[in-house]
Amino acid sequence: MDWTLIISRAAEAGIGTETVIYALAAIGLNVHFGYTGLLNFGQAAFLAVGAYAIAVTVSTFGLPFFLGVAIGLALAIVLALLLGIPTLRLRADYLAIVTIAAAEIVRLVVRAVALRDTFGGTDGLQGFSDSFYSLNPYPAGQYELGSIIGFDHRTMWVLTVGWVLVAISCFLIYLLMKSPWGRVLKAIREDEDAVRSLGKNVFSYKMQSLMIGGVIGSLAGFIFALSRAAVQPDLFSTELTFYAYTVLILGGAARILGPVVGAAIFWALLVLITTGLEEAVRAGVITFITTNQVGAIRFMLVGLGLMLLLIFRPQGIFGDKREIALDAR
Amino acid sequence: MHADEAAADRSPKAAGHTPQAPTDGNRGAHATAAFAGLATEPGVAKPDPILVVDNVVRRFGGLTAVDVEHVEIQRGSITALIGPNGAGKTTFFNQLTGFDSADAGQWTFNGRRINGLAAHKIARIGMVRTFQLTKALSKLTVLENMRLGAQKQIGESFLRALIPSLWRDQEDEITQRAEELLTRFKLDAKRGDFAGSLSGGQRKLLEMARALMVGPELVMLDEPMAGVNPALTQSLLGHVKDLREQGMTVLFVEHDMDMVRDISDWVVVMAQGQVIAEGPPGTIMSDTRVVDAYLGAHHDTPLSAEEEERQLAEAEAELEAKAAQEPGPDSPETDATAQEGAGR
Ligand SMILES: Nc1ncnc2c1ncn2[C@@H]1O[C@H](COP(=O)(O)OP(=O)(O)OP(=O)(O)O)[C@@H](O)[C@H]1O
Ligand SMILES: [Mg+2]
Repeated sequence: MDWTLIISRAAEAGIGTETVIYALAAIGLNVHFGYTGLLNFGQAAFLAVGAYAIAVTVSTFGLPFFLGVAIGLALAIVLALLLGIPTLRLRADYLAIVTIAAAEIVRLVVRAVALRDTFGGTDGLQGFSDSFYSLNPYPAGQYELGSIIGFDHRTMWVLTVGWVLVAISCFLIYLLMKSPWGRVLKAIREDEDAVRSLGKNVFSYKMQSLMIGGVIGSLAGFIFALSRAAVQPDLFSTELTFYAYTVLILGGAARILGPVVGAAIFWALLVLITTGLEEAVRAGVITFITTNQVGAIRFMLVGLGLMLLLIFRPQGIFGDKREIALDAR
Repeated sequence: MHADEAAADRSPKAAGHTPQAPTDGNRGAHATAAFAGLATEPGVAKPDPILVVDNVVRRFGGLTAVDVEHVEIQRGSITALIGPNGAGKTTFFNQLTGFDSADAGQWTFNGRRINGLAAHKIARIGMVRTFQLTKALSKLTVLENMRLGAQKQIGESFLRALIPSLWRDQEDEITQRAEELLTRFKLDAKRGDFAGSLSGGQRKLLEMARALMVGPELVMLDEPMAGVNPALTQSLLGHVKDLREQGMTVLFVEHDMDMVRDISDWVVVMAQGQVIAEGPPGTIMSDTRVVDAYLGAHHDTPLSAEEEERQLAEAEAELEAKAAQEPGPDSPETDATAQEGAGR
C-alpha cells in the first residue's frame, strides 16, 4: 500500500477546490440555519445561479466575465427575495419546502431542452473561464506545497481566489455576528415573537440573512464553475445542499470557522477512505470488494462516522456542549 | 439590502406624551385619585386614557374568544386585568400588541390608531408586552437578552454593524443600563449565563427586565408573578410600583387577588371574552357580576350575616304560625323545613 499517496491525496482534498466550494456553501447556510434558524434546503440553487450567471454571460452572450460575476451576485439577491417574500412570514417549515422545490426548479430550467440555446441543456456550458485564467499570476507548472501536496498552476489560481473568498466571508461573518445586528439574528433563531415584542422588524432581518447567505452561496457557485471550466445542471442537485448541511453540522453550526473545518475534514476523510480502500484492494489487503465498489462503500463509512459524531459530539467539532444541554431542558 | 430600512422606519417615540401626573409627589396617590368617583360600569371613561379600545372581536371558529366593546386604560396607573381561565385575557393582549390580527375593532395608543400595526412597530412606539409562557432567548446570555431590548441601536443596521467603532459607545451605554436593571431584578450574578439555564421564575424576571430595556410608556405583563417565589414576588411588586413612579403605565394580568389588591389602582374584569366589570381593587371582588363570572351565574349566593338572620326569623315565624294552626306540634316535616332554612 502506498501510504504517501493516500496521505497526500487526503491532504490535497482537505485544502482543495471541493473543500473551498463546500466551505463557502456551508458558510452561507450557517448564516441561514446556524445563526438565523432558517431552514434553507435550496442552497444548491444559489450555487447554480452563481455558476450559470458567469457561464451564460460569457459563453452564451459573449459579454465580459466580471459582468457575469456582478449578475451572479445580483441574481442571488433576487432569488433570496423570491424565496423570502412569500415564505418568511410563515412558519419555518414552509421555507424548507419552498427552497427545496425552488432549487429543483432552477436545476430543471437550466437543464430544459427548450432553453438549450441559452443554458446548454444537460451538457451545460463551457468556455467561459478564459478571462479568469488569463489573470492567473502563477506561471505554468506544478507547485509543491510541503513535500506531499502538489497542484498545477490553474488549480493554484482557483484555490488562491477561493481561499481569499473563504477568508473574506469568515471575516465578514465574524464582524456581523459579534455586532448588535448578529445578536438580532441569533435572537430570531431562538424565538422570533420575543424579538418582535422588543421592536425589531423580524421579516427584514430574515430577508437580510437569506440574502447574505445566498450571496456567499453564489460565490461557491463561481468557484465551482471556474474550477471545472464548465457547468452542468446535475451538479446542482439537492445532494449538494445535503452535503453542505453535513459539512456545517460536522464543523459546528453557529461557529465562524465551523463550516471551513467541517468542509476540510469531510473531503479529507472522504478521499482518505476512498484512496485507502482502493490501495488496500489493489495491494490485496482487502479481497472481498473490488475498486468499483469503493465508491459506494465510502459513503456508508462516512454515514457511519457522522452517526458516531452526532452521538458523541452532537454540537459538532467546534460547538459548545452547554448549548446542546439547553435543548434538553 | 434593507440596511437602513430597519432604522429608518423607527418612528420617533412619542416623547411629547409625558404623563400629566405630578413629578414630585406620590404618583400612587395621584393615580388612585384619578379613579375617585368613577362608575364601575364596563368601559367607563377615564380622565386621561393612554389606551382606548373599541369593539375588538377575535373568533376562533365558533368560539368568540374576545369581544370587548370599550375599555380605557388610565395613564400613569397600574391596571389589573383579571378573569377566570379562558376568559380571553391573553388573546386580548395578543390583539392589542399586534401578535394576532383581530377580526374587528380599533384601538388607539396616545391618540394614535394602532390597530393593524405590526407587532414590532407597536413595541417601538412604546407599548411593550411580556408573554404568559416565558420567551427567554435560551442561547443568548442574560446580558445579551437585555441588550437586545434597547431601541434605535446603530449596530443593528447591516452596514453599520460592520464598523464596530460606530456602535461601541452606544453598546457601552446599553450595557450599563442593562446591568442596572439586572441588579434591580437580582439577576446580576447570572449576567454571563445562558438565559436557557435560568429557572422558570428567573426567566419571568428576565423577560420583565428585558421589556423595560425598550423604554416603554405602557408595559403589558401577562402573569408576571406566576411561578415566582413569594419573597421575590414582594420585591417584584415593588418594581412594578416603581414603574408607575417613573411615569410608566402598567397593565397586567394576574390571578392572585392579594397581589391585585396590593398594587393595582384599578381592576378590569373579563369573562367569556367580554369586559364585565371595572372597579377599584378593594371592592371589585364583591361585585355580583364578578362573583357570577368566577363561580358561575347559578351558584348559591353567599349570604351576609343580617340576611341569614332575617331568613332564620322568617322561618321561625312560619313555624310558629303553623304550630298555632295544626294540632300536632312535633310534625317532622315542619322541623325539616325550619332546619333547611336555618342551614343556609
Ligand atoms: N389559537 C387559538 N385557537 C383556538 N382557540 C384559542 C386560541 N387561543 C385562545 N383560544 C381560546 O380562546 C379562549 C381565551 O383564551 P386565553 O388564552 O385568551 O385565556 P386567558 O384569559 O388568558 O386564560 P388564562 O388565565 O388561563 O391564561 C380560550 O377558550 C381558548 O381556548
Ligand atoms: Mg392567559
